[in-house]
Amino acid sequence: MKHVYGWLLLTPAAILLIGFTHYPAIATLVDSFFSTGTVVRPSRFVGFDNYAALLDDPIFWQVLGNNAWFALGTIPTAIAIALVMALWVNEKLPARALVRMAYFTPTVLPMIAVANLWLFFYTPQIGMLDQVGALFGAPSHNWLGDPNLVLPATMVMVVWKEAGFFMIFYLAALQNLPPELQEAAKIEGASRWYFFRRVTFPLLMPTTLFVLVNATINSFKLVDHLFILTKGGPDNASSLLLYYVYQVAFSFFDTGYAATLTVVLLVLLALLAVVQFLLIEKRVHYR
Amino acid sequence: MKWLSAFLVSMLLAAVGPVQAQTQLTFYYPIAVGGPLTKVIDGYARQFEQENPGIKVNPIYAGNYDDTRIKALAALKAGQSAPLSVLYSIDLYELIEQDVIVPWDDVTTTPDDKAWLKAFYPALMMNGTYKGKVYGIPFQRSTIVLYWNKEAFKEAGLDPDRPPANWTEMAQMASKLVKKDASGNVTRWGVMVPSTGYPYWMFQAFARQNGQDLMNREGNATNYAHPDVIAALQYWRDLGVKHKVMPEGTVEWGTLRQAFTEGKTAMMWHTTGNLTAVKDTAKFPFGVAMLPASKQRGSPTGGGNFYLFKKTTPEERKAALAFVKWITAPERAADWSMATGYVGTRSDAYATPKLKEYAAAFPPAVVARDQFEFATPELSTFQTGRVRKLLDDAIQATLTGQKSPADALNAAQAEADKLLKSYR
Repeated sequence: MKHVYGWLLLTPAAILLIGFTHYPAIATLVDSFFSTGTVVRPSRFVGFDNYAALLDDPIFWQVLGNNAWFALGTIPTAIAIALVMALWVNEKLPARALVRMAYFTPTVLPMIAVANLWLFFYTPQIGMLDQVGALFGAPSHNWLGDPNLVLPATMVMVVWKEAGFFMIFYLAALQNLPPELQEAAKIEGASRWYFFRRVTFPLLMPTTLFVLVNATINSFKLVDHLFILTKGGPDNASSLLLYYVYQVAFSFFDTGYAATLTVVLLVLLALLAVVQFLLIEKRVHYR
Repeated sequence: MKWLSAFLVSMLLAAVGPVQAQTQLTFYYPIAVGGPLTKVIDGYARQFEQENPGIKVNPIYAGNYDDTRIKALAALKAGQSAPLSVLYSIDLYELIEQDVIVPWDDVTTTPDDKAWLKAFYPALMMNGTYKGKVYGIPFQRSTIVLYWNKEAFKEAGLDPDRPPANWTEMAQMASKLVKKDASGNVTRWGVMVPSTGYPYWMFQAFARQNGQDLMNREGNATNYAHPDVIAALQYWRDLGVKHKVMPEGTVEWGTLRQAFTEGKTAMMWHTTGNLTAVKDTAKFPFGVAMLPASKQRGSPTGGGNFYLFKKTTPEERKAALAFVKWITAPERAADWSMATGYVGTRSDAYATPKLKEYAAAFPPAVVARDQFEFATPELSTFQTGRVRKLLDDAIQATLTGQKSPADALNAAQAEADKLLKSYR
């Protein structure tokens, strides 16, 4: 009887999880072994053909490379800035609540709105960046129209948006640190930097791990801005893996290949998460 | 997920009450819910219902063209009937390949109906016709025109009422229009042609002006690597690199209108769909002209057509025909054009007193119509998404200086051939 009761309690969550997470994931895996069907040419089993096509697809490799740079560029910067901001607003400042709110505001805004704002920051000549630059006699830059500048430009925007969110986690963790530690360090005459390096930062490691996992997932998941800012251009210079999946699925209607790309994305994320947890977990807790 | 949508639909029906003895005419329309045009469309639907009791029109506002196509096709797969939809004119081959639409010729029986099919501008029918049958009825259609800033022309010593008529003139006039500050930074460009969002569309104009179309009528071959097409891309690139009248790199579609109304470029190529917005925001007198010519004038058409879906009852088809005939009638077409800036789809719309009066007071409203004579259908083939993106990437790679026009277009043509081989 108890079993039935337990299962009943689980059912609503299980239905949602299976219906919207597990079933689609498995269906995607199955789809990746089939060709895309049309009325004229029905879908058929093609084995690993889609995966072979993927290895030959230069755009796939380009967006994968872009995604790696995007992750490398955004994750450490966002985490570092978040930590500095958290340390800063954890001090006794005048108008502390206001400063905290200011740092957190970008997080509250929807990505689409943010992208629309930054589109006007980056617009040559009439954009804010160029107008400020013009005051100092800097020439106008075509930020989003130059393949070398476009990816860094989107990275800056994402860091701006993400850092405030991660700051909240650090701030919560900082407020849980026992104040005695600081007092003891003061008595011992430890410098602030030494105290941060040997006490605060190690104590924050679990938070850092959590933030790191989230930042990594986000760097593969956040593509909303591309719809507004660049559509992946110029010539795929700012395109990311998930955006490419969207294009293949809904602009090219190639569901088989889109499923293949999705499987690659899922495997990649799963691997990253496992590595992060296994390797870093070992050294994460302060002893 | 079929069972889920079936369940939701039955819930919905239960909530609405007993099914009335009325023909329900649901159609998907590509615009965001609450956009300014929803009022116009809702107004048309109510007016039509009053004049045609027994037919109930339910427009479903479904976002942009891509979203609408996805939603309409998903609804069809889930077994829901939407007899009618306004979708992107270039979705034609995709919809044929999916076997979800029927030609309007199948439902037009009377001579009156047949005449209606011939009433539209031929340039607008090209994207809707396949193997001699009409699948798409033009509704919200646009084309590319040249906007120029008359004040800037005067300042540069040019005749403010004479826009450039050909490529050489455009480059020459544009270089006079470029303005620099003391430190040599450009404060006003001569001309801008957007190259994000829809680069292929703009490029079709250049190619057509140089005498070439980019695809065949069967939608199974592209013409990306013709020497004249390569020369057209070279000219576009040269505007930035050689003539230095346009910023190098790509020019953003979304912010170009502001760049023009803020006086940061003296000329721009843009859709007629921006006409009303430019008219409302520009603080200087501006003109609208046909695009300049190289060997000839030319511009692609663009926009949305009415499609009739296959999974429909005879009553629904009849109702759909009645509604589409009604909404494309000359008076409505004129009304629609004034409300939106889209072009009137048929010549008799421009003969209505309302639109005649409007055009007399605001001449730019008829430039798009006059340009139809030189129009070419928008790029659309089988595998259209991929084939189009090949061209988009080639254009952007050229404009950002990563590839030469010949290399970029030859590579795109080779890839397009691979994709389209099996359709020949």
